[in-house]
Amino acid sequence: MLAENLSFMGHARDRGTFNRLSGDTGLHLVFPAGEQAVRRALATATGAFKGMGLDPDAIELAELVLAEVFNNVVEHAYAAHAGGIIELEAWRDTDRLHMRVRDDGVPMPGGALPKGQRHDPKVETRDLPEGGFGWSIIRDLAQDLRYQRDGMRNDMSFALDLGEFAISR
Amino acid sequence: MDLSTRDLDNIRIVTVNEPRIDAAIAIQFKDEMRALVHGGPARVVLDLSHVGFIDSSGLGAVVAAMKQSGTAQHFELAGLTRSVKKVFALTRMDRVFTIHADVTAINGGLADAG
Repeated sequence: MLAENLSFMGHARDRGTFNRLSGDTGLHLVFPAGEQAVRRALATATGAFKGMGLDPDAIELAELVLAEVFNNVVEHAYAAHAGGIIELEAWRDTDRLHMRVRDDGVPMPGGALPKGQRHDPKVETRDLPEGGFGWSIIRDLAQDLRYQRDGMRNDMSFALDLGEFAISR
Repeated sequence: MDLSTRDLDNIRIVTVNEPRIDAAIAIQFKDEMRALVHGGPARVVLDLSHVGFIDSSGLGAVVAAMKQSGTAQHFELAGLTRSVKKVFALTRMDRVFTIHADVTAINGGLADAG
C-alpha cells in the first residue's frame, strides 16, 4: 500500500522549479522538498509578504510557521521518498494572511495533525526533548488550522492574524 | 557551519556566525557543538547575536548542545535576537536556559577583555 502510493508521488507538477505565478496580492510557489529548497522558498515567501505590506513581526511569525510546516513535510511526509514537491499558496485580506500547503507525501498518521507537546518546566535537563517543538509552534501561531487528505495529496491550510500586530505595535 | 570560539579563563564563548540555525544545518551544528562543549571549560556561552532565525530543528540542536555539557559545566546563551527570543519564549525554553543580554555582559565585561 505504502510502496504503491510512493510510486505516484511527486509527478503532479514540474518539480525542481520555483514558480511564482501570482502578483502582489498572492503567492504561488512550487518547490522541491529539500532543506536548501525550503530555505529558498522561505526567502521568496518573506519577500512576497513584504510586498503584500505585512508588518515585519507578522512576516517573522509567518516564516516560522511555514518553516515548521515545510520541515514536517520534508522529514515526515516525504521521509521514505527520495524527492517530491511542496506547493505553497498564500494570500492576504485586510486582517489575515492565508496559507495553504500541499504535498504528495504519505498521509498524516491517523489522518489528523499531531498535537503540540508542551514543555514541562519540571523536567530535568538530561530529559529535555530535542524535538517535537514544531507542532506546538504551529498550533500556537496559526489560526484555523485544517488538514485533509485529498486523494494522493496532503492539503493543509491555516491563517495568521494580522490585526494582532497592528495592535501590539 | 561557521562557529568561532574564544576561551577566557574558565569561559568558552562560541559565536554562531550564521544567519540561521535551521533544519539545513541543525545536525552539523549539533555535531560541532559536541566537540566544543565536551571537555571544555566550566562555562560555555553560546553567542547567538548573529542568528536572525531559528526553527524547531535549530532549537532542538541548541537543547542537544546543552545536554552534552557535563555535570560540572554550565551551558548558557547570550545575545538572542528578537525573533530567536520569540521562539525560545513560545516553546518555554527561555525558562530552561540562563540567557544573557549579550556576551559583553558576562562576568562584568570580562568577555570584552578577549
